[in-house]
Amino acid sequence: MKIQQSVLFDAPGPKAQRRILATNVLGTILFLGAAAFVLKGLNDQGQLEAELWRPFLTADVWQFTILPGLMNTFKAAAAAIVTSVIFGLMFGVGRLATNRAVRWLCGIVVEFFRAVPVLLMMIFFWLLLGRLQVVEPADTPFFAVVLALTLYNGSVIAELVRSGVYGLPKGQREAGMAIGMTRGQSLRNIELPQALVAMLPSLISQFVVILKDSALGSIITYSELLRGMQIYGSAGPILQALTVAAVLFIIVNFALSWVAQKLSGLLSSRTSGKTRPVSVPTLVAKV
Amino acid sequence: MDSLSEYFQSYLTALETYDVVAALWVNIQLTFWAGLCSLVLGTILALMRISPVPSFRWAGTAYVNIFRNTPLTIIMVFCILVAIFQLQLNLSSDFNFNFFLWAIIGLSVYHAAFVCEAIRSGVNTVPLGQAEAARAIGLSFLPAARLVILPQAFRGAVAPLGNTLIALTKNTTVATVASVAEAAGLMKTMIEFRPDVIMAIFATFALGFVIIVIPIGLLTTWLSNKLAVAR
Repeated sequence: MKIQQSVLFDAPGPKAQRRILATNVLGTILFLGAAAFVLKGLNDQGQLEAELWRPFLTADVWQFTILPGLMNTFKAAAAAIVTSVIFGLMFGVGRLATNRAVRWLCGIVVEFFRAVPVLLMMIFFWLLLGRLQVVEPADTPFFAVVLALTLYNGSVIAELVRSGVYGLPKGQREAGMAIGMTRGQSLRNIELPQALVAMLPSLISQFVVILKDSALGSIITYSELLRGMQIYGSAGPILQALTVAAVLFIIVNFALSWVAQKLSGLLSSRTSGKTRPVSVPTLVAKV
Repeated sequence: MDSLSEYFQSYLTALETYDVVAALWVNIQLTFWAGLCSLVLGTILALMRISPVPSFRWAGTAYVNIFRNTPLTIIMVFCILVAIFQLQLNLSSDFNFNFFLWAIIGLSVYHAAFVCEAIRSGVNTVPLGQAEAARAIGLSFLPAARLVILPQAFRGAVAPLGNTLIALTKNTTVATVASVAEAAGLMKTMIEFRPDVIMAIFATFALGFVIIVIPIGLLTTWLSNKLAVAR
């Protein structure tokens, strides 16, 4: 970012400094004006009334709505993180296998689940599990959320594993071969350990996606944070409830992203791969 | 064999009752309009984030950090329950079209943050010398951005932009909370009324998205190789 700033504009001289200052003042007025316009509009509609916001500062709302909702969000996200890492490792290694049939099969599975919308899978599993009655009816939404998140994010993680191995310098494998390792031995002992360290930051960025997508569970009646707040807000303070929910999500995701960034700096000395979080360079994005 | 052809028959009647293609067409329309809007908004945001003016940079960064970390579902629910029902911000007198427009706004607002980051990563591919040369011939920030930096940045950003477009395509299913008649909602209705062919119904919709998404991926990969600036 620092380099970029010096790329696009020179160290400004006195005239440019004055111009930047003027634009800056103008910009500040513009953004504050826009914010004031929105707030005034909300105030005119009575949305800024203190009693609409005050409930979210009371222990009751936290105890019975926010914290249980957050707990369920974390429960689904945590379960999905564990299962999708397992899924991703299995299929990522499968895509690197020497056996062509295994490679192809894993490739098809991964590409398929990355192309299908998570919500589509969630609704499908929700209705399917409800029909098969293999789990407690009350737990059906939870399992549907975790299953759908696992299949999609597991596939993305599988791609991360693959691109992590491909991103290593060629010399790593060549060195393995040179000391008499087979292709599989060098993969297991030399390439994968480094690739896994290198992909850790990207992996944590993927956890942010999992956490955000767990909010889709509200559509299939999983009682996570968004759904709890939606129900609470339906009595009136809906704008306030959704804003509080969004702020909570932003705080948690921000913390995760921060960890990812710190890790990428810490880990870069422990691997010959690149630790900067990257998006998977193939067909489907991790957004 | 008999039960198989029976299954196939009842699957066919389910397909005749519901218009799957029309629902997927709505997803494609949402993708097109939201893609267009988020591209414009995202480019403006990217310009703000690389500009020399602190307040512009700050506003751009704040926008990206807020919307990239908020679940799309919350944004969509907000558009419907707050913007339409609570604040009565109607964009069209036609009930369904109003929801459709708000779904486009929700999708655009969310994906603009990702478009901005994609373009910024494109700006990173432009070598220092290009900007230095632009300055040397006397171009100030906006002309330099418009004539030298952005054209190359867009060419370098095709791959991440394609990824964002694919994500957007799949995320249009979230418009189902805005009761837009799109694929995810239709699949739910179909399965509820025809649970006997649940597998075939899911396979149909999943395949529909594979057919939409894979060409976009192939196209953007091809484009990104074709347009890449040789360096």
